[in-house]
Amino acid sequence: MDTGKNSARKSSTAASPASVARRKFINSVAAAAGGGCLLALGAGLYSRQAAALPAQALRPPGALPEADFLAACVRCGLCVRDCPYDTLKLSDLGEPVATGTPYFTARKIACEMCDDIPCVKACPTGALDRQLTDINKAQMGLAALVDHESCLNFLGLRCDVCYRVCPVIDKAITLETHHNPRSDRHAMLLPTVHSDACTGCGKCEKSCVLPEAAIKVFPRQLAQGALPAHYRKSWEEKARHGGSLIGEQVEMPARGFEGSTAGRAATEAVTAPTGAAPAAPSVPPPPAKTAAGINSRWKP
Amino acid sequence: MSMATTTVSSASGCAPARSLWQRQRWLILRRASQLLILLAFLSGPWFGVWIAKGNLSSSLTLGVLPLTDPLLVLQTLVTGHLPYSSALIGAAIVLGFYLLIGGRVFCSWVCPVNVVTDAAAWSRRRLGIKTGRVPDANTRYWLLGGLLLAAAATGTLAWEWVNPVSLLHRGLIFGMSGGLFVIAGIFMYDLLVASRGWCGHLCPVGAFYGLLGKKALLRVAAPNRKACDDCMDCFAVCPEPQVIRPALKKVGQESPLILASDCTTCGRCIDVCDKQVFKMTHRFDQRSE
Ligand code: SF4
Ligand code: SF4
Ligand code: SF4
Ligand code: SF4
Ligand code: SF4
Repeated sequence: MDTGKNSARKSSTAASPASVARRKFINSVAAAAGGGCLLALGAGLYSRQAAALPAQALRPPGALPEADFLAACVRCGLCVRDCPYDTLKLSDLGEPVATGTPYFTARKIACEMCDDIPCVKACPTGALDRQLTDINKAQMGLAALVDHESCLNFLGLRCDVCYRVCPVIDKAITLETHHNPRSDRHAMLLPTVHSDACTGCGKCEKSCVLPEAAIKVFPRQLAQGALPAHYRKSWEEKARHGGSLIGEQVEMPARGFEGSTAGRAATEAVTAPTGAAPAAPSVPPPPAKTAAGINSRWKP
Repeated sequence: MSMATTTVSSASGCAPARSLWQRQRWLILRRASQLLILLAFLSGPWFGVWIAKGNLSSSLTLGVLPLTDPLLVLQTLVTGHLPYSSALIGAAIVLGFYLLIGGRVFCSWVCPVNVVTDAAAWSRRRLGIKTGRVPDANTRYWLLGGLLLAAAATGTLAWEWVNPVSLLHRGLIFGMSGGLFVIAGIFMYDLLVASRGWCGHLCPVGAFYGLLGKKALLRVAAPNRKACDDCMDCFAVCPEPQVIRPALKKVGQESPLILASDCTTCGRCIDVCDKQVFKMTHRFDQRSE
């Protein structure tokens, strides 16, 4: 028994020390390779999950599109150091922004839109693109007046703060006059953001007087929709060509607004196209006029 | 650091007493180097005196000297992004320095994680912890390949999400909270699971710098190896003990130089050896007493 065991062990070591060594080697290589693959997989998955920028994190001016930015930024913080307003911050592990990358939160410290853009100049990698030389062309994000129920201007007051603080005032944000349906005789001056000029600096959100800002700045892809590429706007095409492209069209009467004041000044007389539209049975009779406000009679 | 008192004493008490400086010289110099590098980055935010801006990933010293981690630039290139020349020049300078001086000089003289893992190794020795399982030392090269693969596959610097080296250095300079868990994890791993587990077996950053150090000039040698009384102090204290034997015991080489690029040139073997077997020297110094 003993001798058998011994001889067996002896033969196995004597006959194939190479195979034992090889097995050991293969085992350790497999373990190590497994580790390497796991790392690649884990880091890959984690990075994909974390690659979407959360809604309230904005990249510095000139930042490449997010996917390219995450390839280029080495997380050195040189942009953070050269920002004179301490706007930028490096993300820490566990924050929703990719670990170590620079971002800012508009409501905390907005970007002051420095003329010389020191953050872009400081970046050694091109994660912040030096082709951005005019800070007014920056696209850090896009403001959106998200809360129409709380914005003081939507309530018919004249707050205007977001409009007044905008460094690109009257281009990035304007006050648009709208009829106030509540009083039916006043105007609302609604802060309106224009995506072609808004830099996403965040000053409007930062300055909103409400406890929670009614205007917020988001990364562009969150705040902006897009028309299909083949869409043409008839009025723009018309203006460009100096006339309709499909010839004169028959003007059809607008139905459904009989007796309504929608879209008209309160003083303007309501002129329903009585002659052109002979009593159509489908059109309900005009309702009793309410004291204030419009009623488009639209029901879900 | 608590490391300053590290001495693994052998049973023999007959060696001539050496002063504290003689016993801790290289450790003190290394800690000073690590601390000064950190202070160069912190003097700006703390005192308004700007010496170095940024962090180890990329920095600008005195407004003129760009330095960039070549491993990071390599990953960036793998993702398909070509960085600006300032990052490329910075990476070339760092690359040249470590190629010339010694790759893993980064580990023992610059990297902040080294302090953590040294502390873990010291605690492990002190507490006599022998538990755990050590991974294969080649795992780090697989991880190095894995992180490059991850960069290529995701098109992002995926490794930077978790890289403890940049996490700690950036955190010390720019503030951290979540990253501390990773660092604590490494400490506990080295303490309880694997002796010298992180820096000696897993860290792909160290592996990368190790690869740079194949022909480095600065080397530790054992010219006085005749005096070695086999106390094993150097083996106990060395973060990469396998590198010592060829030079000390003439295994596979005649030269007294520690040539393996895994040697971090930390000089701890010089410090702890009562027989003064080791010394810091250069690659062409073949003298042996
Ligand atoms: S433009 Fe000025 S304020 Fe804005 S992030 Fe850059 S340095 Fe800071
Ligand atoms: S300076 Fe450039 S590379 Fe460095 S953290 Fe800022 S964006 Fe990233
Ligand atoms: S974010 Fe606000 S303040 Fe800044 S440009 Fe846009 S609208 Fe103006
Ligand atoms: S092995 Fe890695 S963590 Fe350890 S000292 Fe070297 S670079 Fe730093
Ligand atoms: S051989 Fe000496 S110098 Fe090299 S890593 Fe080991 S203790 Fe440090």
